[in-house]
Amino acid sequence: MNHLSPGSMLTLVGVLIVVIGFVLRVNPLLVVTVAGLATGLASGLGPLAVVASLGKAFIASRVVAVVWLVLPVIGLLERSGLKERARTIVSRLAFATTARIILIYMAIRQITAALGLTSLGGHAQMVRPLVAPMAEGAAESRLGELPMKTRHLIRANAAAADNIGVFFGEDIFIAIGSILLIKAFLDQNGIHVEPARLALWAVPTAVAAFVIHGARLLFFDRKIAREVARARGAEPRSRQERQ
Amino acid sequence: MITLEHVYWLTGLMTGGAAIVNARDRSHPRWINNTAFWGLYAVTFLFGSRLPDVVSGYLVLAMVAFASVRGLGTSGGESVTQEERGAGAERWGNKLFWIALLIPAATIAGTFLFKSPAFAPHVDQKQVTVISLAVGCVVAIIAGYVILRPPLSAPITEARRLLDSIGWAAVLPQMLAALGAVFAAAGVGTVVSTLAQQWIPLNAGWAVVATYTIGMAVFTMIMGNAFAAFPVMTAGIGLPLIVGKFGGDPIVMSAVGMLSGFCGTLMTPMAANFNIVPTALLDLDEYAVIRVQIPTALMLLFVNTVIMNFFVFR
Repeated sequence: MNHLSPGSMLTLVGVLIVVIGFVLRVNPLLVVTVAGLATGLASGLGPLAVVASLGKAFIASRVVAVVWLVLPVIGLLERSGLKERARTIVSRLAFATTARIILIYMAIRQITAALGLTSLGGHAQMVRPLVAPMAEGAAESRLGELPMKTRHLIRANAAAADNIGVFFGEDIFIAIGSILLIKAFLDQNGIHVEPARLALWAVPTAVAAFVIHGARLLFFDRKIAREVARARGAEPRSRQERQ
Repeated sequence: MITLEHVYWLTGLMTGGAAIVNARDRSHPRWINNTAFWGLYAVTFLFGSRLPDVVSGYLVLAMVAFASVRGLGTSGGESVTQEERGAGAERWGNKLFWIALLIPAATIAGTFLFKSPAFAPHVDQKQVTVISLAVGCVVAIIAGYVILRPPLSAPITEARRLLDSIGWAAVLPQMLAALGAVFAAAGVGTVVSTLAQQWIPLNAGWAVVATYTIGMAVFTMIMGNAFAAFPVMTAGIGLPLIVGKFGGDPIVMSAVGMLSGFCGTLMTPMAANFNIVPTALLDLDEYAVIRVQIPTALMLLFVNTVIMNFFVFR
């Protein structure tokens, strides 16, 4: 068992800054930048080298920002009434409740991710323009005007379903990044495995994820109804502003 | 050949466009900050591959300064009224859905098409999905122009509206990736796994399994990414103890271990593109999505630990 020098403990300063920053709710972008600079300095790099390593890593990870290319399209469609249309459609479907819409979306997201189609969803592409307005619209057409707090809870649930669906679906597909990473790592350590067997062992967790989150969603409609009733009781004639 | 570089140029043109729209909008309370922020961001896309690392570093620090000193803002109103949008919904009907679904459809089609022999030599094969997404967006914009006939500037002014409402969160995932790289270079991972080995009693199979699954989740919460946590935890605890000392199956351990990391991803603001970006997109409190996910993540982490404990030592 190796022992840690006080110097190596100093590299944890970045972790500490991140934790404190997030707890105090300082602007996360600032927190992360300061943590990066502090960690670099603590590990013995000069100031210029720290700035350079930050710049290099930032440029190297530009690929995560490419998803913003959907914004002109989504914006254009919103301008033309996409969200309003999504709400109208669900208000015409009798079976469509908020929880069911989110549950169906999660199932589709998980199954398509398991088939390798992870790009078939996402917060910018699907949740903001379609899933969230549909889920809100369904509650609205059953319960009338919703309190702001309830709207926010519905939107947060739509976003969470996207995450849970894709996280616990994608590992069933053998050519996904995480499976390839595991295989490459085990290969380096002299253990050679079939990606298909790794993917197979992702199935029990995938089922558990769907059952657990699905079960929570089954109670969600009732929770919304309760919240709306309570808000009405508190101030019977409250008219919230739009959205 | 089409590479990521071209996709970055396109992204740079969009963020640059957002900067220009902001610069021309003097009614915007923070137009200087917004113009500078999106303008600098555009520079990192358009010229980033050719800039010296130090220069990129200072560009990034300047962006952070513009985002935190007085901060970014949004311009007041919507571009069109609620009534106009309602009328649009009536007029265009389900065509709006088809255009929206064109993006994922074209992305999927592209991933297959660009791997085919006819296209393969012309498209960077390592980045097919990202390039397909970009192409899908371009196809959908063209469809939008043809069908909806908006003013020529509409897509970019709308992109500006959305980018401004997302604000600094748009850059956070990239900044976190940069932080991860700095953490890795500084050896944060080794320190954490050494601490875990020193402080936790690891002389029973189940204790090792629980340390590994919970460690994956916690370390993923710190790094914001299960991919960064996996090699560290598996080299530090998984391989030497679960496989080496207790003779566990490396396949079950790795597969379930990675998924335990994903439980951590659901609980951390460090996984910004999953947990913080949607709150910006949906106009929510920063931790709204994480709060919904925590109960599921904890229950699933428990289930993962049970699954691994049950099957890894068979």
